[in-house]
Amino acid sequence: MTDREKRNLRLGLAFCSPWLIGLVVFQLYPIVASMYFSLCDYSVLEKASFIGLSNYRDLMADEVFWQALRNTLYYAAMALPLGLIVSFATAVLLNTGVKGMTVYRTIFFLPSLVPAVASAILWLWLLNGKFGVVNYALDAVGIKGPGWLSDPLWTKPSLVLMSLWGVGHAVVIYLAGLQDVPQQLYEAAELDGAGWWGKLRHVTVPMMSPVILFNLIMGIIGSLQMFALPFIMLPGGQPARSAYFFAVYLYDNALPYLQMGYASAMAWILFILTLLLTWIALRLSGKHVHYEGA
Amino acid sequence: MRFLPRAVLALLLGSVVLLSGCARPGAASRDGRVHISYWEKWTGFEGDAMRAVVDAYNASQDRIFVDLLTVSQVDQKLLLATAGGNPPDVAGLWSNNTHVYADMNAIRTLDDLCEQAGIGPRDFIPSFWDLCTYRGHVFALPTTPATVALHYNKKLMRAAGLDPDRPPRTIEELDAAAARLTTRDADGKIDIAGFLPSEPGWWNWAWGYWFGGELYDGKSKLTVTSPENLRAFTWVQQYAKTYGTQAIQVFQSGFGNFSSPQNPFVSGKVAMELQGVWMYNFIDKFNKNLEWGVAPFPYPADRPDLAGQSLVDMDTLVIPSGSRHPREAFEFMRYVASPAGAELLNLGQRKFSPLTALTPDFYQRHPHPYLRDFVKLAYAQRVFSPPKLAIWKEFGDEMSNAFSKIWLVEETPEQALGRVQDRMQRKLDREIRQKRRKGLVQ
Repeated sequence: MTDREKRNLRLGLAFCSPWLIGLVVFQLYPIVASMYFSLCDYSVLEKASFIGLSNYRDLMADEVFWQALRNTLYYAAMALPLGLIVSFATAVLLNTGVKGMTVYRTIFFLPSLVPAVASAILWLWLLNGKFGVVNYALDAVGIKGPGWLSDPLWTKPSLVLMSLWGVGHAVVIYLAGLQDVPQQLYEAAELDGAGWWGKLRHVTVPMMSPVILFNLIMGIIGSLQMFALPFIMLPGGQPARSAYFFAVYLYDNALPYLQMGYASAMAWILFILTLLLTWIALRLSGKHVHYEGA
Repeated sequence: MRFLPRAVLALLLGSVVLLSGCARPGAASRDGRVHISYWEKWTGFEGDAMRAVVDAYNASQDRIFVDLLTVSQVDQKLLLATAGGNPPDVAGLWSNNTHVYADMNAIRTLDDLCEQAGIGPRDFIPSFWDLCTYRGHVFALPTTPATVALHYNKKLMRAAGLDPDRPPRTIEELDAAAARLTTRDADGKIDIAGFLPSEPGWWNWAWGYWFGGELYDGKSKLTVTSPENLRAFTWVQQYAKTYGTQAIQVFQSGFGNFSSPQNPFVSGKVAMELQGVWMYNFIDKFNKNLEWGVAPFPYPADRPDLAGQSLVDMDTLVIPSGSRHPREAFEFMRYVASPAGAELLNLGQRKFSPLTALTPDFYQRHPHPYLRDFVKLAYAQRVFSPPKLAIWKEFGDEMSNAFSKIWLVEETPEQALGRVQDRMQRKLDREIRQKRRKGLVQ
C-alpha cells in the first residue's frame, strides 16, 4: 500500500467511524450480549449468573409465552396476505395514469408518515365502541358495529384494519416496480388478445414477483415485531390478553419485570422464527419469482 | 482543505467531552453550593406542588441546591441510570417499588441517615412508615400518602330514593343500593351504573382484601385461591352477570379519559366508585357542582371486623445506590418529610400529610371537604397494600388479567385465580431460591 492509499484508508475509516462505532457499540455488541444473557439470570442491576438453558425451558412451559406467540402468528396470518393484496391493488390503481395521480399517491402515502403514537390515539377514537366514527358509519348502513377494542374477539381484527392504513410504504415500493415493467411486454400481450386481467396475471404479477417477495419478507418481519399499536392502545394486551403480542411480552419481561435474561431468550426465539419463516418464504417462492434477465 | 478531517475529528471529540462533562456535574458548582439532581414523576399541578417545595428548600439555606427534573416512567429510567452508574442523587418512586429496588441493591438503606437525623417511626402515620421499611431497614421516606374510600353521588342517591347521608356500610347494602341506582334506557342500554367493580380498574388485584383475604402468606406461599378471594371475585362476576357483559362493554366504551369531564364518576355515569383522596381534584376541576360524599369501602355483613379498612398507597423519595451526594440528598428528603415541607407539598397536591405532627390550622387551610375521613382510614386497624414481593409487577398484571377473564365471564373465579396461583407460585419459588442464593432470606 502506498502512503497515499494508507492515508486514504485512514481518512475513509475516520469518516466511516461514526457509523462503524455505532454499528459495533449499538448493534453488534447488544446482539452478542443478548445471546449470552439469554443463558443467564439477569436483572440488569445485578451481575448476570449463568443458568444454562433454563430460560428456554421455562419459556416452553410458559402459557403466556404461547398465547403471545399465538396472537402474533394469528395477527400475521391475517395482516400479511391482506396487506399484500391491498397494497398491490392500490399500487396498480395508482399507476393507471389518471389525472392528478401524484396527489392520490401523496394521500395514500401520508398515513405512513404519522408517528405510531399519534395514529394509535387517533384509532382509539375512531374505533371507540360507542362514539367511534367507524361504528357510526356502520350504523348508517344498518350494521351494529362490535366493541372493536373491548371485545376480545375483535381486538386482533382491529389491529389488522389499522395495519392496512399504513400500507403506504409497500405501495411506494410497488409503484417503483411497476414503472420498471417493460412496456413491450404489455404490447405483445395485447397483440395476443389479452385484456386487463390477462395482462395483470401474465405480465404484471410475474414481472413484479421479486418486489412482491421483498414486501412479503418485510411484512413477515414487521408483523412478528408488532409492538407500538397494541402497547399503546391495549395495555397489557387487555381485554383477556387477546392483544398481547410477542414483542410486548418481551418488553414486559425485559423492563417492568426485570427479567432481561428471559427477555433475551425470547428475542432469540423471535429471531430464529423470523429467519425460519423468511427461509420458507424464499423456498416456496423459488419457482414463482422471475428475475429479469435471469 | 487538509485541515478539514482533523477539524471534524476535533469537533466530534470535543462534543463527546462536552456531553460527558454535562452528565457528571462537579461536586460544588460556581455558586459554591452542592447541586443535587432530583428526578420526579409528577407533572401538572402535582409537579407544581413539588416545584414549590424545591424552591422553598433552595431558598431556605445556601449550602445545597436541588435541581428538579421531571422524568416520565421514572421507575424504569432510574433503574437503567443506576445500572449505568449515573443515577440522580434522589428520586421519587412509588411505594411498591421500594422492596423490589431494595432487593436489587438499586437503592440505599437510610438507616444511618435516619438515625443521625433522629427520624423514626413515631414521626409518621404507622401504615406509611411500614411502606418505607423492608426486611427491617428503612429504604424510603414518604412524600404524598393516599387512602381510598367509596365515593358516592348524593344527587343520584336522592333520585333513587336512597338517603344521601346514609351511604352503604356492608357489601350487601352496596349491592342493594347499586341495583336501585342503576338505570337503563328503552333499548336496555345502561344509562347509569350504580357500581362497577371495573371502575377505575386500578386495584383489580385487591378485591379479595376487602373481603378479608390476602394474596401472600408473607413467607413462601401465595394464597390467591383462598376462600375470601374466591368469594370476592365471585361477587365481582355477579356484577358482570347482572349488567350483562355486552351491555357493560357498550357502556364503558363511552367513558372518556380519567382526567377529563367525561370521567364516569365526575359526569354522573357511575353513581358509586372506589377512589382515592386525589379524586377531589378532578371533581373540583371538572364538575364543581357534583354533590358527593365519601365513606369507608363496605365490608361483608358477616365480617364486621373488617369495617373501616383501607388500601394505602404512597409516593416516596429514595436515594439510588451510586448517588454522589447521599448526605445532601437526605438533607433535602428531611425537609420534605418535615411539617413545613410535607404540608406545602400535600396542600398543593390536596392530599393529607403522612406525618403525625401537624401545624394546627392544616385542616382549615386544606380545601378537601372530607380530608379527615381519609386520614382516619390511614390509622385504620386493617390497612393493606400490594405484597412486598419482587415479582409483584408481574403478579399484579396476572391478577388484572384474571380480573378481565372473570369480568368478561370467560372463566370462573376458580379457574382464573387457580391459574394465577399456579403460575405465580412457581415464580415465587424461583424468587425465594434467588434470595437464598444471595443470602437475603434463610
